[in-house]
Amino acid sequence: MKILVTVKEVTDLAADFQIADAEIDETYLEYELNEWDAYAIETGVQLVEAGIADEVIVATIGPERAEESVRMALAKGADRAIRVWDDALAEQDLLDVATKAEIFASVVEAEEPEVVLTGVQANDDGFGATGVALAERLDYGWAAVVNALELDADEGGAHVRRELEGGLEELSDVTLPAVFTIQTGINQPRYASLRGIREAEAKEIERKTLSDLGITKADAASALQITDLFEPVAEREVAYFDGDPDEQVEQVADVLADSGVVGE
Amino acid sequence: MSDVLVVAEPRRGELRAVSYELLTAGRGLADAAEGDLHVAVVSGPVDRYADSLSREGVDTIHTVAQGEEFNHDRYVTVIASLVDDLEPAFLLVPHSANGLDYAPAVAERLDRPVVTDAVALDVDDETLVVNRRMYASKIETVVEVADGPFVVTVRAGAFPPAEDFAEPEITAHDVTVDEEGLDSSVRGYEAASDGDVDITEPDFLIAVGRGIEDEENLALVEDLAAATGATVAASRPVVDNGWLPKNRQVGQSGKTVKPTVYLALGISGAIQHVAGMRGAETVIAVNEDPSAPIFDVADYGIVGDLFDVVPRLVEQFG
Repeated sequence: MKILVTVKEVTDLAADFQIADAEIDETYLEYELNEWDAYAIETGVQLVEAGIADEVIVATIGPERAEESVRMALAKGADRAIRVWDDALAEQDLLDVATKAEIFASVVEAEEPEVVLTGVQANDDGFGATGVALAERLDYGWAAVVNALELDADEGGAHVRRELEGGLEELSDVTLPAVFTIQTGINQPRYASLRGIREAEAKEIERKTLSDLGITKADAASALQITDLFEPVAEREVAYFDGDPDEQVEQVADVLADSGVVGE
Repeated sequence: MSDVLVVAEPRRGELRAVSYELLTAGRGLADAAEGDLHVAVVSGPVDRYADSLSREGVDTIHTVAQGEEFNHDRYVTVIASLVDDLEPAFLLVPHSANGLDYAPAVAERLDRPVVTDAVALDVDDETLVVNRRMYASKIETVVEVADGPFVVTVRAGAFPPAEDFAEPEITAHDVTVDEEGLDSSVRGYEAASDGDVDITEPDFLIAVGRGIEDEENLALVEDLAAATGATVAASRPVVDNGWLPKNRQVGQSGKTVKPTVYLALGISGAIQHVAGMRGAETVIAVNEDPSAPIFDVADYGIVGDLFDVVPRLVEQFG
């Protein structure tokens, strides 16, 4: 069984950042492998280690810089990688779900994995929609927000737990082939070992453009455009405690005493 | 005229609160687009749900008795069919575990753009304008969406619930679902593991997040809890790491808490966490990152290292 994991290199903001003309300068941006995707990679690698799957392929949409995160996925045990990028994508400030689903669907159609794993969401744009859209486009089964996954190759299906709100879990059966969006906490993603990092250097990253996948620029045009960005309005007005740590702690202690939750 | 169709969210015999919030979101959008507000409720005791959804601002409620509980394959078929019938310009769905399990597929099947996790909605001419958060809620963006009709998922808690009852029209629909074509089936539900500590009860919660860095550092927080009579709670990463059990987790998928004081140590304030703790009377946050969203929901803040603060607090109360 072949497993394909979609991964994303995500953007985080430095602790101190500034917005100028509705833009954030590149100097305030940091890049890393999406946290949810690390759990999806680990899920795939564990299925190989358990003898249930034969191969884990990672696929990403991103510029050359994204290969750092892809190498991290390879170092954690993925076998090979596919990176899709194109000038037509670089021109867009926010790729829409349909474009991402179209690109990944082309990759899936070429690779024919029986299971596709994605993170539930990316921690930069937080859409949380690509996996399910991809499944529908491929006519695969799916389950979103999966925190336990058990494949049953004989039955051609999977038993999953979906994490709902308020501490409730749904137990479902899904027919394969299928896409599962993986929630954090499903496992403990491994650290990349030094040996893994060295071996990742030798693993293959196949690079593809839109035309390689038979996708036109028009197909990849995003319906979304960011027109403004700003810091959200705070729900409460925060009073910061200044001074050295001793002075700050005095003020915390006063608040606790005034609230009556600790003794005098 | 551009109509809005809102999908309510039932679960195990009850409508989730976000259903009533979506009525408010939907009415606002319908006003901006000069259209009607339609509400769909699918599966379970739909007549009872329709009575509960009969609130001011709703024009028509569409009931579809299709299955006892949520199943995404049924939902995609039913909602796509209602959209074909009603031709709404906007389809609004809760941004929830179940909303994320069908809304993107509905958008894909109908070839409509989907935009998720909206916190504000507007219409400018024919263009949908959505406010949503990025970078772990540190930034709010305004996104214009072209080429409607549109599918939008709406963040829980972003709109006040519609409260006043009214008498909208209620219409029952029969939608045929191809039972052979279902790729998924729900076998049941289970509560996530519960322990002996109930974090919804105490007046004083000390909640610990990713900033604690290591499991062994939890001892420091336990010391503070012992010294102050507080109870230790946690944000998701601490529970994901297995450092504290699931019953200590505050958030959307954990517990909702309303203590007198909530001391948040090294918690960034992801929206899923905030959903569970924003009802605290007084929130004190300690975090090294001055842009951490936890400070947006805090009354008092220390931008600093919890490892400087906590030992001194232990000393103070010990």
